[in-house]
Amino acid sequence: MLPLETLALLADVVPAEPFPEGIAHYAVGGLLVGLGVTVIYLGTGIAAGASTFLESTLSYGSKLSRFDRYRASRDWRVVFTVGIVAGAAGYQLATGDGIWVTEVAWWRLLLGGILVGIGTRLGKGCTSGHGVCGVGSVSGTSFIGVISFLLVAIVTAHLVMAAGVTP
Amino acid sequence: MSTDGVRQEHEQHPLFLALVFVGGLLFGVGLAVSNMAQPEVVLSFLQFADFGLLFVMFGAAIVTGIVFFGAPRVLGSAPLTGKPYERRLKELDRNVVVGGGIFGVGWGLSGICPGAAYASLGIGNYAILWGIVGMFVGAYVQGYWRSTPTTSSVGTTKAD
Repeated sequence: MLPLETLALLADVVPAEPFPEGIAHYAVGGLLVGLGVTVIYLGTGIAAGASTFLESTLSYGSKLSRFDRYRASRDWRVVFTVGIVAGAAGYQLATGDGIWVTEVAWWRLLLGGILVGIGTRLGKGCTSGHGVCGVGSVSGTSFIGVISFLLVAIVTAHLVMAAGVTP
Repeated sequence: MSTDGVRQEHEQHPLFLALVFVGGLLFGVGLAVSNMAQPEVVLSFLQFADFGLLFVMFGAAIVTGIVFFGAPRVLGSAPLTGKPYERRLKELDRNVVVGGGIFGVGWGLSGICPGAAYASLGIGNYAILWGIVGMFVGAYVQGYWRSTPTTSSVGTTKAD
């Protein structure tokens, strides 16, 4: 998928082992995510992203004009999201590992979630909308969006680490 | 431009919701297989401990890239909706960078993004509800602020 030179370059830049868990499950997962987007796109012409669901679902209970624009797609977006939950649940059941629970602190999830909710909707997309569909569309806007959130997230995560915030 | 322009009558197609569900299933399995449903793994990428996430995002983007490039040229329009095949193109404005930056802070702090958060619920991670509630709160806050005409420097009344 990535040319070998790129990997070699990465390995030079990164002091530690860049892929301590290997790459197979990452590549397979990426292909499956792409396949899911492809199935919906070929059948419906829709490039589905994950973050619009937040606003379209809010239209069920809110009269705000901003959410109204997503009213037409709100039903299928619920189905899409339920599908994502069910797919992950099916995989987890198949592995027989039982449930997995994060150790990241609740306040980080809540505060981070609020910022993710604001940022993805203001910025017109998230990791799937810009990162997968937009980059796949060779969209300049999406490249800029991805670079924006990727760089800021990397800096933020390093600051969090430097501050010794665990879990 | 605004949304997908899917009209209600399109959703009457008996296979529409079934197909969307199947797409969601594959999407969710992919996020679970790649461990992106685990915020710790996403954070390990952002903190440069494991670069696997690049394979997930760009692996998926390569697949969609081939399809989004090929479908408009080879096929006419989507069978279930009649929509023409198009690329996903959004207008570039300041919001893309500002919103991306805000998203980035949240992502770097928590290790969650929307799709991965839904998948995380699927693997039994009940603690992710903090993040999902947070995302709805955030989406509501920006919706409230953008639904109300304002003269503040960041306020915008133009549609995106």
